[in-house]
Amino acid sequence: MGPYLIRRLLIALPSLLGISLILFTVLALAPGDPFEELATNPNIPPEVRANLRAKFGIDDPVLVRYVRWLAAMAQGDWGFSFASRINVDTLILQRVPTTLFIVGSSQILALAIALPIGIYAATRPYSIFDQIANTLAFVGFSLPTFFTGLLFILVFSVTLDWLPFVYRSDLAATGWRWYWEMFRQSIMPIMVLALFQAASYTRYVRSAVLDVVRLDYVTTARAKGLGEKTVTLRHVTRNALIPVVTLVALQMPAVFGGAIVTEQIFRVPGIGSLLISAILANDTPVIMAVTFVFSCLVVLFNLIADLLYGWLDPRISYN
Amino acid sequence: MASATILGLLILGVVIGPWLWPIGIDEIDFTARLETPSWRHPFGTDDLGQDLLARMIYGGRISLAVGLAAMVVATLVGVIIGALAGMSRGYLDTVLMWLTDLFLSLPQLPLLLLVIYLFREQLKAIFGLEGGVFVLIVIVIGGLRWMPVARLVRAQFFSLREKEFVEAARAHGASRRRQVVSHILPNAIGPVIVASTIEVSSAIIAESTLSFLGLGFPPDIPTWGRLLFDAKDYLDVAPHWALFPGAAIFLTVLSINFIGDGLRDALDPRRVS
Repeated sequence: MGPYLIRRLLIALPSLLGISLILFTVLALAPGDPFEELATNPNIPPEVRANLRAKFGIDDPVLVRYVRWLAAMAQGDWGFSFASRINVDTLILQRVPTTLFIVGSSQILALAIALPIGIYAATRPYSIFDQIANTLAFVGFSLPTFFTGLLFILVFSVTLDWLPFVYRSDLAATGWRWYWEMFRQSIMPIMVLALFQAASYTRYVRSAVLDVVRLDYVTTARAKGLGEKTVTLRHVTRNALIPVVTLVALQMPAVFGGAIVTEQIFRVPGIGSLLISAILANDTPVIMAVTFVFSCLVVLFNLIADLLYGWLDPRISYN
Repeated sequence: MASATILGLLILGVVIGPWLWPIGIDEIDFTARLETPSWRHPFGTDDLGQDLLARMIYGGRISLAVGLAAMVVATLVGVIIGALAGMSRGYLDTVLMWLTDLFLSLPQLPLLLLVIYLFREQLKAIFGLEGGVFVLIVIVIGGLRWMPVARLVRAQFFSLREKEFVEAARAHGASRRRQVVSHILPNAIGPVIVASTIEVSSAIIAESTLSFLGLGFPPDIPTWGRLLFDAKDYLDVAPHWALFPGAAIFLTVLSINFIGDGLRDALDPRRVS
């Protein structure tokens, strides 16, 4: 396990480098310039401006700047936010836990919905339950998250007035009250993401179980006299989960994309909303760092998926 | 098929709509602000008293056009890369597949937001206000979504290039290009059609998401996502403003997905129902 993990990390590293190089080049080629403000300010003489540009190396070739950025990043210097006037790493560290909380709980909820429904539907293919589940899944992943979010606000906040539609990080309540308020305000963002993901996961689970259920070893398990429940849960599900894990890992970029949208709708102070405000403020260091953190999270979840394979499927050896 | 009918009606509606409903998309009428649906304004009006039906017809044209054009871009790139990887037996395949995996792990939405925001002004200068953003959105969405098609085409090529009929063509002295274009590609196209159908709906969602975040088309071009973006602050007084464009996106995407699923069942010989 240990050596495999190290090798896998070594494979992940070049792709992270590739991703960051692409991101950096896009940012570098863009016309926006953080020194634009200085250029139009008549109180700053052109020599000072030129000196500043030389000091920050803005006119160097892209690759040189990329290497410099990478070296600084590796040493823990993530730059300074132009807009918020604090270090980028503190800014991101404030925001990441919220995003991870929302994304993590929505994924768990999505799997908790998708697994039972998908397995049950697959063990009774083309039954009424299967058809209803299939139709609902189609409806679910055809509903874009921004529309479900607005619908939820319309129904639960505007019409019924049950839930708050703005997520606040500075809740006034304490103790149990705090947990209750936290639950009330996070249920809508989490549900929006979870329902969308659950819809596509249900389809994956169903087709994966259908592929496995006809195999000979399942017949053997039944012939041994095992109950239907044991066969489905212990023999079928475990093997069916292997392709599902791959697909869940492949969905990660889309999940974090959905998180940006929900964070924007419910004003959740996560890294998604930070990215949008940074883009609008042309705050280059923050944009670069946030997109890089997004890529790191995606690569990290792919890594976790690879490790899960070994746990699910003993045939895969890590040597 | 019900979904094909719904999609057909939607397309027909946005194509011939402007002739049947000749109200301008920017006719401002302050006496009719935030009106609920009525005979004069079947879908109601927005905060400036602009007719929402007219705006939705106009926005639908753009949303559907973006979806189709981005699908064409994604499919073309995907087929070319997949075919190159599938025909090469050497390092080109490795490099192209590494590139595909790299693109698959790129954070798509952040990158999309970034590229559009950064390059909007430049392209506006070249292609004009509407055209610039359109070209940019189509290229970027298409350029970030070709990977599934490329993988599919590569896998198809791997199995097809060893088949007897391709070998026969090779024995007849067909050039590699002829083998690909007139023998392998026509046989690989079935799954590609399915994948690109689904691609249309995800491109429409991507465009609406961008516009919904306020970073897609400029405010005076009312795409469906943009209408939702404008409507979200008026949910309590004018819910109809958000419901109609949202329902339009939902119906379009749902019917395209159903069509894609039907096509898969029809084209996939493995599936027996």
